[in-house]
Amino acid sequence: MSIFKQHKVFETNVFFLAVGILLCIIVGGLVEVVPLFSIESTIEKVQGVRPYSPLELAGRNIYIREGCYNCHSQMIRPFKDEVERYGHYSLAAESMYDHPFQWGSKRTGPDLARVGGKFTNEWQVRHLINPRDVVPGSIMPGYPHLKRSLDYGDIEAHLKALSVVGVPYTAEQITNAKKDMAEQVLSEAPDAAIAKRYPKARMGSAMGTDKVTEMDALVAYLQILGTMVDFTKVNPEAIRR
Amino acid sequence: MATIEKDAVSGQNTTGHEWDGIKELNTPLPKWWVYVFWACTVWAIGYWIAMPAWPTPNGFTKGMLNYSSRGSLDEDLKAQKQSRSAWLTKIEKASVEEIEKDKALLQYAMVGGKVIFGENCSACHGAGGSGAMGYPRLADDEWLWGGSVAEIEQTIKFGVRNANANSRQSEMLPFGTGDKLADQQVGQLADYVVSMAGKAPAKGSPGEAIFAERCVACHAEDGSGNKDLGAPALNNQLWLFKGGKDGITAQITKPKHGSMPAWSERLDASTIKMLAVYVHNLGGGK
Repeated sequence: MSIFKQHKVFETNVFFLAVGILLCIIVGGLVEVVPLFSIESTIEKVQGVRPYSPLELAGRNIYIREGCYNCHSQMIRPFKDEVERYGHYSLAAESMYDHPFQWGSKRTGPDLARVGGKFTNEWQVRHLINPRDVVPGSIMPGYPHLKRSLDYGDIEAHLKALSVVGVPYTAEQITNAKKDMAEQVLSEAPDAAIAKRYPKARMGSAMGTDKVTEMDALVAYLQILGTMVDFTKVNPEAIRR
Repeated sequence: MATIEKDAVSGQNTTGHEWDGIKELNTPLPKWWVYVFWACTVWAIGYWIAMPAWPTPNGFTKGMLNYSSRGSLDEDLKAQKQSRSAWLTKIEKASVEEIEKDKALLQYAMVGGKVIFGENCSACHGAGGSGAMGYPRLADDEWLWGGSVAEIEQTIKFGVRNANANSRQSEMLPFGTGDKLADQQVGQLADYVVSMAGKAPAKGSPGEAIFAERCVACHAEDGSGNKDLGAPALNNQLWLFKGGKDGITAQITKPKHGSMPAWSERLDASTIKMLAVYVHNLGGGK
């Protein structure tokens, strides 16, 4: 125990004090950093997860801007009741391209991790404009201002920034970002390239108008949520943690 | 300099530090606290050994109990399936008609169907199938795509106007564009449909002639509609979107079409059967 009584050495000698501080930081740093070396092993190997299409990405930015995460989580926990209600529990792999992820920690509204495809575009639009129109008891605010057109002049920069932090956007995806954005909403016959670049992306205008609106972006994002992985092809043993 | 002495008032030792005559007591931590602390430490070490704990280059230490939260969920679900299997296997094997004939099975399906309906269907069709503008009421006996339990099952499985290859498809022609009607004709036609909905079709009106020419193929001569095409009946006061001359005019010129997801992509066959039985028994099943 006597070593613990030697703190006077550290307190009176600036060299030992500096060495001591350095040691503390090294140990603390290692404890924080080293586990991250194996972070890849926490992400399940499943097929189908792709980076968001430019439209979905813009929708995700609106989701964050409007603070949807304050009331809606995107994390189905591995509990029986949650799986019964919302569907397969969320995988780390499903949010690996989310920066930042939208797991959330509070559910005033329902979880949205698998809301994609659950309701029609038309329902989503009506519900976002005024939730009481379709769900009489809802306390969600209306978002009628999302009917305005989407400002997406900087969408390439968004893709580029994400690619810097590890989202595998290809050069082709980045150069075509604006074109893909408009095409996903407006084109009657979208060229096959966009469907290949972003499989399962919802095509067509949610609003039924001839411009790209914020509503289109948000609905496209909601409709892709939780639909990328085909769980009929996933071996439960392989994703067990 | 550092002299540790006993404090007369508290009976505790001092630390030996002294500043301007002020001394510091060195009161030890309460014994119970120290014991709890050490017990927690021992527990933590035991927990590291028993449970998944430390990251390793290829994953993590699995722990001696081999616990996995996802594995335990899989077991929970399996146990639940087991406990429900007496009913679910019967539902799986039976057709929807057979379920309705078996009173006990019907009751089970109704209770299950209600829960599933609340989570998945009521967002559009309302609690209890009361419907909303654009979403048909399921609690009445008016059906767009047929109200037999098998037809309802089919609609739930594949939905309406969606990307599923088996979904119900049909679209009313827009008479405000393309092969269009003149504004006056649209008005006459709307007047006729209004009269038809009031059970007193205006015989001999110009609207009747337009109806006979453009509309009967799907909506039938008496306006009773066609369930195979999803063409709604026009000879009653139930409107999917909006009734009255305004609503009907809007629908003639630029028809709105509802759509519904294909639930077989989301729910399993037994669940859909229970839903079909529930909807069929909401009040208006054929």
